[in-house]
Amino acid sequence: MAETAVETRGRSRNSWIALVVIGAVALVVAARAAGWWDSHHTIFAQAVVSGLLIGSVYSLVSMGLSLVFGVLDIINFAHGALMSVAMYVAFVLVRSYGIDPYLSLVVTIPLLFIIGVAIQATIINPVMGAPLHNQLLLTLGLSLFIQNLLLVLFTGTPRSIELPYASASFGLGPLNLDFPVRLFGAVVTLPKALAFVVSLLLAGVLFLLLQRTRLGTAIRAAAQDPEGAELVGIDVRRIYLVTFGIGAACVGAAGSLILPFFFVGPTAGETFNIIAFVVVVLGGMGSIQGALAGGFLIGLTQELTQIFVPGSSKLIGVFVLFILALLLRPQGLFGSRT
Amino acid sequence: MSGLFKRLARPIRLGSKDVRALVVVVLLLAVAPFFMPRFWLAVATVALMFALMGTGWNMMGGYAGQFSFGHAAYFGIGAYSVAVLLTKYLLSPWVGLLIGGALAALFGLATGFLSFRYKLKGPYFALATFAFAEMLRLVANGTSFINKAIGIHIPLVGGDNWARFQFEVNQRNSYFVILFLLVLALAATVWMVRARAGHYMVAIRDDEDAAAALGVNPLRYKLIAVALSGFFTALAGGFYVQYFLFIDPDLAFGALVSVQILLRPIVGGVGTIWGPLVGAGVLALLGEGTRTLVRQPPAFLGFLQGVNGLDGMLFGAILVAVIIFAPDGIVGVVRRLRAGIRQ
Repeated sequence: MAETAVETRGRSRNSWIALVVIGAVALVVAARAAGWWDSHHTIFAQAVVSGLLIGSVYSLVSMGLSLVFGVLDIINFAHGALMSVAMYVAFVLVRSYGIDPYLSLVVTIPLLFIIGVAIQATIINPVMGAPLHNQLLLTLGLSLFIQNLLLVLFTGTPRSIELPYASASFGLGPLNLDFPVRLFGAVVTLPKALAFVVSLLLAGVLFLLLQRTRLGTAIRAAAQDPEGAELVGIDVRRIYLVTFGIGAACVGAAGSLILPFFFVGPTAGETFNIIAFVVVVLGGMGSIQGALAGGFLIGLTQELTQIFVPGSSKLIGVFVLFILALLLRPQGLFGSRT
Repeated sequence: MSGLFKRLARPIRLGSKDVRALVVVVLLLAVAPFFMPRFWLAVATVALMFALMGTGWNMMGGYAGQFSFGHAAYFGIGAYSVAVLLTKYLLSPWVGLLIGGALAALFGLATGFLSFRYKLKGPYFALATFAFAEMLRLVANGTSFINKAIGIHIPLVGGDNWARFQFEVNQRNSYFVILFLLVLALAATVWMVRARAGHYMVAIRDDEDAAAALGVNPLRYKLIAVALSGFFTALAGGFYVQYFLFIDPDLAFGALVSVQILLRPIVGGVGTIWGPLVGAGVLALLGEGTRTLVRQPPAFLGFLQGVNGLDGMLFGAILVAVIIFAPDGIVGVVRRLRAGIRQ
């Protein structure tokens, strides 16, 4: 499967197709919305803003999943369970030690990295090179195990935290931000705004890491041609460890970031896992910028579904898009047909 | 493409020896309830239900090599068909079973046709089956005709009633009903594997291009497998509703249901007639063992809901261990041991 290589450079033609598709969707949505504009513009603005805000978190989670798929050729069903782990770690830090939820990033990112490396070393490395189905089942078993471990440790009761300064004001030079801020009539809460900004920052860091560092080059080399990478002196096994660690660190960060506006439960990460699958298929398996764009697209789809199909689940639109993507463009918007 | 199956890439022989052994096992299962205490009878009934789902999954995931991660779709269609036809139209669950099975087979044909037409393979196919099941769950959650997320309760009629197969007095009858359905599925598997269709399916599974080059129509035989698989998995869903007298969208179409369905054949041995039976038996014993260990009442509904954390941890660990140490399942291990002894 050649499309599994981690692509950080766009392929011009396919990127154009992708842009056209996204643009067309946006146009249809805008046209549909135009007629409504007078009576619905606030709802619409809210949906777009909410979609973009949550979309950034989807992007972050999906980049981790896509990276693991691109390098290791593994569909990681335990990605969401690891996110639940990160959420509980952050939750305990906030509740029991009074640490600021955003400061918990300093713990969750490295901790999840270590957990990821440990999982790769003990469970997945022994079956590397085994067929995809086996690895799918393996990570599925892992996910069952982790979720139920969390259930045993914390019970199934959903928990949440309050951000004490959620409605504070911030003076940024001439700009004075009074949270919750109104943007085109849409409400933007501080936790979501922070999740958006930090997710994008981390996505940028990951992108630079893959693109500009020796480690990143080695990861991309291992993704494209493990044997070739081995020949030029790259320790591919080590790269696999690091890659799974980075993938887990992505959900580590996401877990901390969504804690102030999401409930914590053993299966809390599951929704994100499912959405990340959709994003990764949509963006092209293994494509990092595809995951970034796909996250926003899914965030928008999910929120707009609620406007255009009232009373339905947010996820219906997401799954319709998923099935269409699987059938029409399984290589993803940014992938290339092999 | 599918190495879990490649490991078994010897031709599937379901010789008359296997069939004879199968008959003996079924006869033993038929007399077993007369020697079982009530508690174990209930455990065995649920185990047979899982064996039926697993046998259904195995037709498509095992013999035809089309790995399904969304068999909850068929299970749920069977369950809701029986529940709706009974509560809204007063149709006997026996009719409901047939209609549910047919609807599930149709759903399988439709989604399978789409997926195969667009050449979805391996993980992409698995993700598509998963997405179809999730969509049904979401649709069920939003459809007021079937009570949305609240679910459907089956009214109790009291006493023993064969027409509705509700057995308050003699629970052995439930066991016989599910055993009967399982025997049908096993017979269908034996027929399928021994018929030309089965050979074609295995050929397609092992090398689709080669099979197609020899004039086998892959689409046709894959669809036959999907339809049969959907039908028998739906029967288990219909039985589930009549046994537990309740169904809701998560119990019917949840991702955990799909996991439960594929767990047994994989633990037992994919693509073997014994796999789902062995897997269901072993996991039933292990599940009961854990439950006794934590001293919980035998809440069988919890089994599908996954409320019991220790159960889930154990199943997760088993799945990981099986994939790492015995990817061809218990049946595969036994076969290798026997081959080793012979040499």
